[in-house]
Amino acid sequence: MSDITKQSLTKLVENIKNKKLSSADVTKAFIERSEKSKELNSYITEDFALALDKAKKFDQKPNLDLKLPGIPMAVKDLFCTKDIKTTAGSKILNNFVPTYESTVTENIWKEGAILLGKLNCDEFAMGSSNETSFFGNVQNPIDKDLVPGGSSGGSASAVAGQLTPITIGTDTGGSIRQPASFTGTVGLKPTYGSCSRYGIVAFASSLDQAGPMAQNVKDCALLQEVISTYDPKDSTSIDFKRNQYSKELNNNIKGKKIGIPKEYRVDGMPKEIEDLWQKGIQYVKDCGAETIDISLPHTSYALPTYYIVAPAEASSNLARYDGVKYGFRANGENLIDMYEKTRSEGFGAEVQRRIMIGTYVLSSGYYDAYYLKAQRVRKLIKNDFDEAYKKVDAILTPSTPSSAFKIGEKTNDPVSMYLNDIFTVPVNLAGLPGISIPAGHDSKGYPLGLQIIGKAFDEQNILNIAYAMEEKIDFKNKITDWWIK
Amino acid sequence: MSKKNSEYLINRKDNQYEVVIGLEVHAQVLSESKLFSASATKFGAEPNTQVSLVDAAFPGMLPVINEFCVKQAIKTGIGLNAKINKRSVFDRKNYFYADLPQGYQISQFKDPIVGEGKVILDMPNGQKEVGIERLHLEQDAGKSIHDLDPQNTFVDLNRSGVALMEIVSKPDLRSPDEVSAYIKKLRSIMRYLGTCDGNMQEGSLRADVNVSVRAKGSKEFGTRCEIKNVNSIKFMQMAIEYEANRQVDLIEEGKSIDQETRLFDTKKNETRSMRSKEDAHDYRYFPDPDLLPLEVSDEFINELKNDIPELPDDKKKRFIDEFKLSPYEATILVSDIDTAKYFEEVVAKMGKNKDMKLAVNWIIGELFAVLNNKNLEISQSPVSAKNLAILVNLIKNGTISGKIAKTVFELMLDGDKDPQKIVEEKGLKQQSDPKAIEALIDKIINDNREKAIEYKQGKEKLFGFFVGQAMKASGGKANPQLINEILKKKL
Repeated sequence: MSDITKQSLTKLVENIKNKKLSSADVTKAFIERSEKSKELNSYITEDFALALDKAKKFDQKPNLDLKLPGIPMAVKDLFCTKDIKTTAGSKILNNFVPTYESTVTENIWKEGAILLGKLNCDEFAMGSSNETSFFGNVQNPIDKDLVPGGSSGGSASAVAGQLTPITIGTDTGGSIRQPASFTGTVGLKPTYGSCSRYGIVAFASSLDQAGPMAQNVKDCALLQEVISTYDPKDSTSIDFKRNQYSKELNNNIKGKKIGIPKEYRVDGMPKEIEDLWQKGIQYVKDCGAETIDISLPHTSYALPTYYIVAPAEASSNLARYDGVKYGFRANGENLIDMYEKTRSEGFGAEVQRRIMIGTYVLSSGYYDAYYLKAQRVRKLIKNDFDEAYKKVDAILTPSTPSSAFKIGEKTNDPVSMYLNDIFTVPVNLAGLPGISIPAGHDSKGYPLGLQIIGKAFDEQNILNIAYAMEEKIDFKNKITDWWIK
Repeated sequence: MSKKNSEYLINRKDNQYEVVIGLEVHAQVLSESKLFSASATKFGAEPNTQVSLVDAAFPGMLPVINEFCVKQAIKTGIGLNAKINKRSVFDRKNYFYADLPQGYQISQFKDPIVGEGKVILDMPNGQKEVGIERLHLEQDAGKSIHDLDPQNTFVDLNRSGVALMEIVSKPDLRSPDEVSAYIKKLRSIMRYLGTCDGNMQEGSLRADVNVSVRAKGSKEFGTRCEIKNVNSIKFMQMAIEYEANRQVDLIEEGKSIDQETRLFDTKKNETRSMRSKEDAHDYRYFPDPDLLPLEVSDEFINELKNDIPELPDDKKKRFIDEFKLSPYEATILVSDIDTAKYFEEVVAKMGKNKDMKLAVNWIIGELFAVLNNKNLEISQSPVSAKNLAILVNLIKNGTISGKIAKTVFELMLDGDKDPQKIVEEKGLKQQSDPKAIEALIDKIINDNREKAIEYKQGKEKLFGFFVGQAMKASGGKANPQLINEILKKKL
């Protein structure tokens, strides 16, 4: 039984379909491991008893034609789940139980998966280390007191620690890819408009995108196949032809042109990252692909642009948390006083910082200089990619400028924290798909990731490249179970 | 009346001031469901029974544009002779209030769906053109109810998310009367189009009124004040009158006018400062990232153009050309779509040999008087267009006299009775047999020989006496024209 949690999603599905394992066997295994892994603090809400019930029910009448037959999984607590508390990692939603289900999770349950619980994340997905969560830090299974990255830190920790076979996160500026990179797992941020945003607590609407996180590329492809649907309930959802990503997965990338953008060689980047990148270049060449040096000239403006656009949208998106309708409310002398106390006590420091930045950049007299200019730069960044894609099929970069850092190491230095997203943010600004795959270890033995960026709607292509590289890299995550006594 | 005399001016000692008014009219789009959700929009429903998760701004909820409301806005734009913008953008107007669940209102700021247009007003001294600056779509807010509980405010979100069209005029209006005519014209056009029911009691039509004053002849605008959310034409007129005089008084006292937002207190008949320019909200408008820019094709617009009914200005022209109505009559009959519909039905039912003038007089005269008395809309008229047409025809073909017709009309009011039947049942048919009338008149002359002699000697007034006697003797049914003719012969 103990090796159930080590199995990939693909293997678990196979075993359930072959009746070698029941859904209850699998669910019980992940629940047991989750119970033993409280120290990771990956979960905000556990729903184990109900999960086991559902698994047993599934086993009584198993529908083995489904893509995720009886597969238990935990999801980031940014997805609204019907009748299950959904907090977005915030005190202000600490008591919020939705009466509705997000489209993405709905798609997952429809394919037979079973909810284990809700995973920790940075408050309203604002953070790169999962340290802004009202529900506390998440431990990286790689090492004690190491951050798992963020904002999908609980999700990354749970997949790497094998508390869930797969999971979903959301990625606004790197929140899937950076924690995947920090934990030695695979994370895909799909094209903007690929996965419905309906029922996902909004951070920055024009950047937010849900995506799969898994132990390997194939599992990731399968989950993407399930969650990506056109949804008329989201006006930014795009009706394009979606592939059967896992079925069409193919490691033949011979002749593919892979762009290597010189602007991603940033000052102060550790040599280990540069070396990893070079290794990556060699891997794709070994797979028969061709690498081409390209330029994405506006890359250095991406981070400042992001830190105008995202807070601007967030400041407006978070206005609804006012204590009037649902969620936390502090008593006040009058309406304004109630607002001020509710929002001061209900939001954490990082969220308040971003609301203030956002309010400032949108305010009259500053709008043109900040928000409008940022939107123009955003267009230039997108144009850079459009130009590049005239010459190449995909782009290869490091996922992050460093490996995971220690809890508390960057909490007092927001700018250094923000720099974590330097390689991932341009992809969100351009609305493109990007995948992070584990590609090696640094000197401390911490995992490092490489990012493959694709053309819009070209998830299949970057999954294929990742799949081919994965085979060559043959990465082994070093999980010592240090937290299990 | 010369144009000069009709000018609305405010007089002080040696100075005359002109009033400049611009309106921002909020018209509720006639639609079963809200602008970005499927919730119902029925007026008067129990509080918070027409609220979706989107309207209440639950986490993760997203707006989806209601295509019908877009069509309604475009139709209204066409009715205002305005430019339809093929690309428009929804923006968020950010502010906090208990009845604004999202913390922002979705509106259109820089790129509205409808651009510049114009409407023509029929004023006593001629026509006046009023420019339309723009029309944009936006969400309504909910309602805060402060008077149900001493400590708490209650919030009703039924209105939250209901589609409104904000129609902004140019500062072209110059008097309370013009404002009244403008609102009535807008209302009329939208009711013809079926894009707004124009019901001011239910809040379907309300306006923010911008007022400034300037010395007569001056070309520069004065500092304006905005009077928020006035919901009747009468209050708009009262508010303008008060506000214009207040501003003039300030100028006369050598003081300056502060640009500010004011409230109209309907009980005290005065405007009061709500907030100054310095305290004005910073709404932090920016394009709503949950919604893509709204793009409409030429075909889409053209299809709607083909769907536009005859509007009041065209109808008026046709009534004058085709039915030979006076401009005054035509203006009255086209002012409301239901009146025009009623009139046109009467015309249709009168058939070939119709008396248009008579029909118009009966509608504007007798029918309007009854509606007024009973406080009814023409759509609730106790007399149907069909029966009124029959009545007019009965007069026209001499079956009954105009006087008898009034009696018949009274009887028709009770249950929309067929006038033909009333005439038959009550024996009110006009006597038009010359022999019978002759016999009747012979008897009267015989009975009043002395008066007949006096008449012949030149006392012509007595003719009326004989007519009256003849009418009386016939029970009011004798054809008055025949009585006249025969009397003239016999006397």
